[in-house]
Amino acid sequence: MDTTKSLWLPEKASTFANNIDWAFYLYYWISVAFFVVIVFLIALFVIRYKRRRPDQLASAQITHNTVMETVWTAIPLLIVMFLFVIGMKGYWNMRVAPANAMQVDVIGRKWSWSFEYPQEGISNDTLVVPIHQPVRLRMTSMDVIHSFSIPAFRTKADVIPGRYNTLWFEATETGTFQVFCTQYCGTNHSYMWTAVKVMNPDDYQAWVAVASDPSRGKTPAQFGAILYTKKGCAACHSVDGTPGIGPTWKGIWGSSTALEGGRSVTVDSVYVVKSMMDPAADVVKGFQPIMPPFQGVLSDKEVNGLAAYIQSLK
Amino acid sequence: MATATLEEHEVAHHFDDLEQEFESHRLGMWLFIASEIMMFGGLIVGGLLLLILHPSAFAEARPHLDWRLGALNTFFLLTGGFTMARAAAFAQKGEQGKVQLHLVLSLLFGAGFLVVKTIEYKAKFHHGLLPGDAFHGEGFTSLHAATFFGYYFVSTGLHALHVIIGMGIMVWCLLVSRKVHFTRAYYTPVEFAGMYWALVDLVWVFLFPLLYLVG
Amino acid sequence: MIAHVHPENINYLKAKPGLINWFVTVDHKRISMMFLISTLFFFILGGVYAMLFRLQLWSPGSHGFISADTYNHFFTMHGVIMVFLVVVPGIPSALGNFVLPLQLGAKDLALPKINLTSLYLYWIGGILAFVSLIAGHADSGWTFYAPYSISKNPAVLWMLTAAFFLGFSSILTGLNFIVTIHKMRAPGMTWFRMPLFIWALYATAIMQIFATPVLAITLLLLLIENFFHIGIFDPAMGGDPVLMQHFFWFYSHPAVYIIVVPAFGICSELIATFSKKEIFGYKFVAFSSIGITLIGFLVWGHHMFVSGQSEIANTIFSFLTFFTAIPSAIKVFNWTATLYRGSIDLRTPMLYGLQILFNFTIGGLTGIILSILSVDIHLHDTYFVVSHFHYVAMGTTMIAFVGGVHYWWPKMTGKMYNEVWGRTAAILVFFGFQITFFAQLIMGSQGSPRRYYHYLPEFQIYHRISTVGVFFLAAGLFMALINLLASLRKSAPDAPQNPWGARTLEWEVAPTPPLVFNFEETPIVTHGPYEYATEKA
Repeated sequence: MDTTKSLWLPEKASTFANNIDWAFYLYYWISVAFFVVIVFLIALFVIRYKRRRPDQLASAQITHNTVMETVWTAIPLLIVMFLFVIGMKGYWNMRVAPANAMQVDVIGRKWSWSFEYPQEGISNDTLVVPIHQPVRLRMTSMDVIHSFSIPAFRTKADVIPGRYNTLWFEATETGTFQVFCTQYCGTNHSYMWTAVKVMNPDDYQAWVAVASDPSRGKTPAQFGAILYTKKGCAACHSVDGTPGIGPTWKGIWGSSTALEGGRSVTVDSVYVVKSMMDPAADVVKGFQPIMPPFQGVLSDKEVNGLAAYIQSLK
Repeated sequence: MATATLEEHEVAHHFDDLEQEFESHRLGMWLFIASEIMMFGGLIVGGLLLLILHPSAFAEARPHLDWRLGALNTFFLLTGGFTMARAAAFAQKGEQGKVQLHLVLSLLFGAGFLVVKTIEYKAKFHHGLLPGDAFHGEGFTSLHAATFFGYYFVSTGLHALHVIIGMGIMVWCLLVSRKVHFTRAYYTPVEFAGMYWALVDLVWVFLFPLLYLVG
Repeated sequence: MIAHVHPENINYLKAKPGLINWFVTVDHKRISMMFLISTLFFFILGGVYAMLFRLQLWSPGSHGFISADTYNHFFTMHGVIMVFLVVVPGIPSALGNFVLPLQLGAKDLALPKINLTSLYLYWIGGILAFVSLIAGHADSGWTFYAPYSISKNPAVLWMLTAAFFLGFSSILTGLNFIVTIHKMRAPGMTWFRMPLFIWALYATAIMQIFATPVLAITLLLLLIENFFHIGIFDPAMGGDPVLMQHFFWFYSHPAVYIIVVPAFGICSELIATFSKKEIFGYKFVAFSSIGITLIGFLVWGHHMFVSGQSEIANTIFSFLTFFTAIPSAIKVFNWTATLYRGSIDLRTPMLYGLQILFNFTIGGLTGIILSILSVDIHLHDTYFVVSHFHYVAMGTTMIAFVGGVHYWWPKMTGKMYNEVWGRTAAILVFFGFQITFFAQLIMGSQGSPRRYYHYLPEFQIYHRISTVGVFFLAAGLFMALINLLASLRKSAPDAPQNPWGARTLEWEVAPTPPLVFNFEETPIVTHGPYEYATEKA
């Protein structure tokens, strides 16, 4: 993944990267130039004019030099105005998605991402896209502010509850590229990762065919196993007994479980479904009521699959 | 009141003279007023933004405020501002008695404001038009009507707090007036009370239309 | 007329002894010392939090040291303490309070009781921060973004309240400074004979008065939203979380100039004194602080380039932000030019002065790149930003603070510290700082996000370099502190009246340490603050 990096910047994998990297390095060398000159002069003056006698005074009191002051005001001013124009143009390009962009909906919630392809009827936990195809993401959050960042594509946007933010990109390399959440969102903010998988058009079509019906050819429990990762359950619930933010699913089916507030319940399909629809209602003792509700998010088939999967975990 | 029993104000040790002290205190008060204006300014801009974002909520909620009571309150505050200005004028002339009379008048107008505010708040509570979670008003179609009332209580509440503080400054001023002689060169407490009341008036002049009138 | 007892005009440290007299004093010098001790205490506390989470970051994620929740709490505490209890009040309250009246030739600040009130409000804020620690784990980040900060976490609520009180402390300090500068200058002290530290404090005070109240209303609304859910910021109630960001940054952008502009003032003092030179372009340096102040009110949206605010707004904010670069750049050029043909003395304060110049060059340059819209999309919320603001808030402001303490220490205490230890510490601080923060620039531009407990293995080398650096930095600062404290021993040398040969009133005229009313009699000012002679050829 990181063989084509430069010292300062990650690999380039979108149409934005060249422009941004060019601007970055242009500015970088301008900065280096200013920095070297200033530090050199400071060092030079400090050494050359070091006080040799305790009562030694300055050799001149120069307080103005109109030419120099004009030059060193005008040149930075011109430079920054130039930088502004570059930045503005690059930015406007990043904000206007081409007309042929394909749309994917992104939902962020503590602490996972899901990607919805409404036309294909796909819901996935990684963003799969074809290469050389503009993709427009329409994003919202189910809880707090998150931020969707793809360093290799040089783009990001905040993902905010109660509104839609958009970003677009066109991938120029196949491969898998890191996605980070970059707006602090609580305990597992630094684990809220996913990836963009860029595929050749044929591979992409093949993926669409399978993904649009992930239950095809699977038993409900197998389907549930797929949903376990795709729907983000894995972020908080383990299936092997490891403690996590939420109760482990291993061995819970059929057990009698204590709840917060003193009651206890037998974990059956009624309880499991309720936990998905209204998680704050009957929280398992010792856990926080922070699971987001999946009412309206999971289809009946998906709910069924997950329940079957949980049941299968002895 | 017999001026013979009043003391002259004594200049603090770090000042050169009375004039320097007076001007310093006055400038300090202006800067403090400026900071209060920035605080309420932020609140009012927030209110304007809410109005722009949720015009239907505002339109639906506003009729529940009685603009006549609002207007009466405006009258109380502005008249109180006028009497404070008179008090400052009399202080400069050393007419201690008239200063005290006008301070008391201003206090009465301030009290009138608070009485009206209490009546308004009680009416809101009665109809369930409470802030936020406590809101249970009936007959609203807009989802953000509760936000209007939340904003109403925050802004008028913070303002009313400042009315009470302003009245407190007037009381302090009355107490000082019983001990210290006001002159053209020194009438700082009266000036402070007047300036603070002007701030209270200024904020209300923006709040009143925003909450009661616009739209 | 009732006779008041005029306090005796003796060494301010020896007058009215006893702790109670210190706690109720109105003497600006004593208030300043109490602020100094308090800010140093919180600086150490905030620094300890940083060292702890940097230890955590030696390796990614959970490895048995602290949990993710604890890490999130630690960076929140680090941020809140450093911003609100150290760098915002720092230079103005702990040094400005002492120096400003002396530099103006005044007996005290214009409003001494307001000054004491400011100290009390600071202490209340500090106590409330501790209450927050007892109440739980505040973990919202110092930026308190909604809706995450609209939670039932009482620790967050106590922190919001603490910040509220600290804001008022700041407003009162600024108010006092402006009145003093306008009304209490000694005869002959014209505006353009004022030291540049005063100009810097004046510009800062404007921001303290006009920006901080917006923080007050923001915190108040956040508290009300938490308790009553009125629906202004919380989207679950129909509110707008981006509105909260506008409110927050309207204060917090000027706040970063409140943080750095006083440091510019100290830099001018140090460079002028230790070069025995007039500051090149004095008027420009003075006006540039005012210019930065005014423009600084117009650029808050550059913290929100990816928030989804309109493209037009982003474009305007980017455009305006570039204009803050020019006055800042010219200050750097002017300071450098001041060294030319000076008589450069590399005693401890100057070593800090030169560091300010070096660090601010990097801090300023890394800030300008963030104004480039297209590039900021990539750099926003990464370690690049973290490094940028540490180069300014720590590398410029805290270094100036430490340098200022070393510069005015003889005046404040009447004692001289050891030069060798002082210089060694300064050098250690310099290298420790660069090691800690330069690596973060690279990690950030590679895409590494900030506020991250867990990270990709490829970033580990940068994290480890940074963690090593922080221990050198801490060692240097600790050495400096011990050196300063050691100077308070009876056996340590007493300071002469003007050990640096400076020409400003606090050095040339006021005794060391100053009297209760600063001077024997009101000074008459006959020359500028940096009027040095030249060597006969």
